[in-house]
Amino acid sequence: MLASVVCQQRHVLIAASDGTFVADVQPLVRLNVQVIVEGAGGRREVARQGGGGRSELARVLAPGFWQPLVDEAVRLALLNLEAVPCPAGTLDVVLGPGWPGVLLHEAVGHGLEGDFVRKGTSAFAGRLGQRVAAPGVTVVDDGTLPGRRGSLNVDDEGTPTQRTVLIEDGILTGYLQDRLNARLMGTAPTGNGRRESYAHLPMPRMTNTFMLAGRDDPGEIVRSVAHGLYAVNFSGGQVDITNGKFVFAASEAYRIEDGRITAPVRGATLIGNGPDVLTRVSRIGFDLALDRGEGTCGKDGQGVPVGVGLPTLRIDGLTVGGTER
Amino acid sequence: MIDVDLVSHAVACAARAGADAADALQVVSHGVEARVRGDEVEHVKQAREHTLGLRVFVRGPRGLRTALVSTSDLARDAVAKLADEAVAIARATAEDPDAGLPSGGFAPDLPELALLDPADREAPLEARIAAARAAERAARAVDPRIVNSEGSTASSRFDAVAYATSAGFSGGYEGAHHTLFASPVASADGAMQTDWWMSASRTLAGLEAAEAVGRRAAERAVAQLGARRVPTQPVPVIFEAPAARSVLANLVSCLSGSAVYRRASFLAGRLGERVAGDAVTVVDDGRVPGGLGSRPFDGEGQATRRTVLVERGRLASFLLDTYAARKLGLATTGNAVRGAASAPAVGPTNCWLAPGRDSLEDLVRSTERGLLVTGLFGQGMNPVTGDFSRGARGVWIERGERTHPVEEVTVAGNLGDLLRDVDRVASDLLWLGSLGAPSFRVGRLTVAGA
Repeated sequence: MLASVVCQQRHVLIAASDGTFVADVQPLVRLNVQVIVEGAGGRREVARQGGGGRSELARVLAPGFWQPLVDEAVRLALLNLEAVPCPAGTLDVVLGPGWPGVLLHEAVGHGLEGDFVRKGTSAFAGRLGQRVAAPGVTVVDDGTLPGRRGSLNVDDEGTPTQRTVLIEDGILTGYLQDRLNARLMGTAPTGNGRRESYAHLPMPRMTNTFMLAGRDDPGEIVRSVAHGLYAVNFSGGQVDITNGKFVFAASEAYRIEDGRITAPVRGATLIGNGPDVLTRVSRIGFDLALDRGEGTCGKDGQGVPVGVGLPTLRIDGLTVGGTER
Repeated sequence: MIDVDLVSHAVACAARAGADAADALQVVSHGVEARVRGDEVEHVKQAREHTLGLRVFVRGPRGLRTALVSTSDLARDAVAKLADEAVAIARATAEDPDAGLPSGGFAPDLPELALLDPADREAPLEARIAAARAAERAARAVDPRIVNSEGSTASSRFDAVAYATSAGFSGGYEGAHHTLFASPVASADGAMQTDWWMSASRTLAGLEAAEAVGRRAAERAVAQLGARRVPTQPVPVIFEAPAARSVLANLVSCLSGSAVYRRASFLAGRLGERVAGDAVTVVDDGRVPGGLGSRPFDGEGQATRRTVLVERGRLASFLLDTYAARKLGLATTGNAVRGAASAPAVGPTNCWLAPGRDSLEDLVRSTERGLLVTGLFGQGMNPVTGDFSRGARGVWIERGERTHPVEEVTVAGNLGDLLRDVDRVASDLLWLGSLGAPSFRVGRLTVAGA
């Protein structure tokens, strides 16, 4: 097994010719564990867990914080030893709460960043006011949540962060802006101008991006699926902003057969079309959860810490990239 | 000229502070980047950076304790203070019987590897902007359906590396890294597609012509217009060179000695075994003249060399640094990669899949029905098991002919099975940075789509 702790304290001073003069202290801690297990016949499996946020180091060093992560990593690795090959093809998919919110980040979040929208290279450009998701779907980006990994008092251009509603009840209502793109588009910055360091240029980036809770019972959502996939943990994803295609890889997923969660599957990848996927949402759970604080988003060679969140969600007809029929 | 004075000073300071062994690495970088979109300059960026990294070892009863510190304050007294701090940190860390510097194997000579053209230092920024602009124009000239772009980016970086170790080696080298990248957008029937092309070289003269970079990127984007999903099925899959390189990158991560000793690679314990088809030979060579991954010595001062990793299907070697080699009871292959602010890690130098004799067209024509994958995306690869499932785009093949572009599908399988099922490797070796691959065909993979 492998464990690591990263603890960072950034002191930021931002001055701009328009009179902006802001100072901020930005702590960031993260603990990661990776577990490799070996089962019968020498088969090995791996699982990772991580968590943290904008807090002091002591928080992640407390056994109450790391023990559940270790337990979860061991559980996942052992579970994956039992996993069977994932089915391939179009399936109804139920996403678990929390980290699976990476779906929002990849499928819609990047496409709503102001630079891609201004240049017209995003599949979401020019679609403000249009339906891009099923009724009931509301997605926000919120940099003001206390202590979250993606949170900031001010962005890296000194603009205070805010809660930006991106999609409201299925209708596209907002984009994420830095100062440059907001000015060029004749709109206001949203506190999303972020840069990896002083040596990098600011760009519109997400902070904490999540879907608001709905009304459905999570257990009932699973029971509503006759034949599908229940995906609860993901290892990361990627999107082609221009054609909207996104992909993300599941690290914990199960078959759903006749409304029951059955065998764990390995190697499940979900692929879809950003402007289309949220229109296929048919059930939204009441169990919104944010992730544990482990995400780093890469764009144009720059990495910044971000958060995601999701309630249990049913998406009808998503392509699952496995190997079994 | 490379000056090893500061790194030698850092190592001496570490010894005075009580370290039993130490090494220091200094990297001075100067980079420019310009992006042009359409006819407009989007941004110009210049960055100058210098970093000194110091690694110290303090002997304990059961092995060495280690610490790594780095700074951009290169004043000699600041470095002395840093050494004191490093030793204090090391004393607080756990002992590791396998930690430590290599005691020999240092590069006896520093060969001339053509890592830069000094004249390129004088190249005006305007020339790089002009190159990016030329790529944009050439892309738009390809087809009226090229209506937009993410911009074309030209970048140049010059690095000077100096290294010293208490085991008695010091040296340095300089290198340059120039790139030109284009990413136009094609649009038709309300749908947009983008693709990219890039050229990278140690010299400006070695870059592909800007017009060619723009044109190839545009041709690839246009070719993807009208793409659709295909039904889920197992079929032969041809990985076109850029996608083949991405598969090679997955394989390289599994050949890394640090993954192997942790048993975090499906190739662990399989040295000498047949792991791939006869057509598969993978080589790492740190001394290819002009290679983007070339360097006279690695991050531990070890002479770089040529290492055959997979020889006609047989697993011949892992990529190793000193630590991974000790863990596995092997000798380092000179594959320690290190930045000034990071500890050495295992990585490839110039690594490639050896080309075969067929052309890509031969592979396509001899495929009754299958998928030509032109691009892969997503991180669906598990090195421990070799299972992979990645997003793909490409072209559908029927009766040896390209029929229509494909998108929103995945290709999935196991990397071990894929390597064994490689039946043909083409001659079109393509270098993108320090990894190179030709197109190759795999007998059968699951394509998931509609």
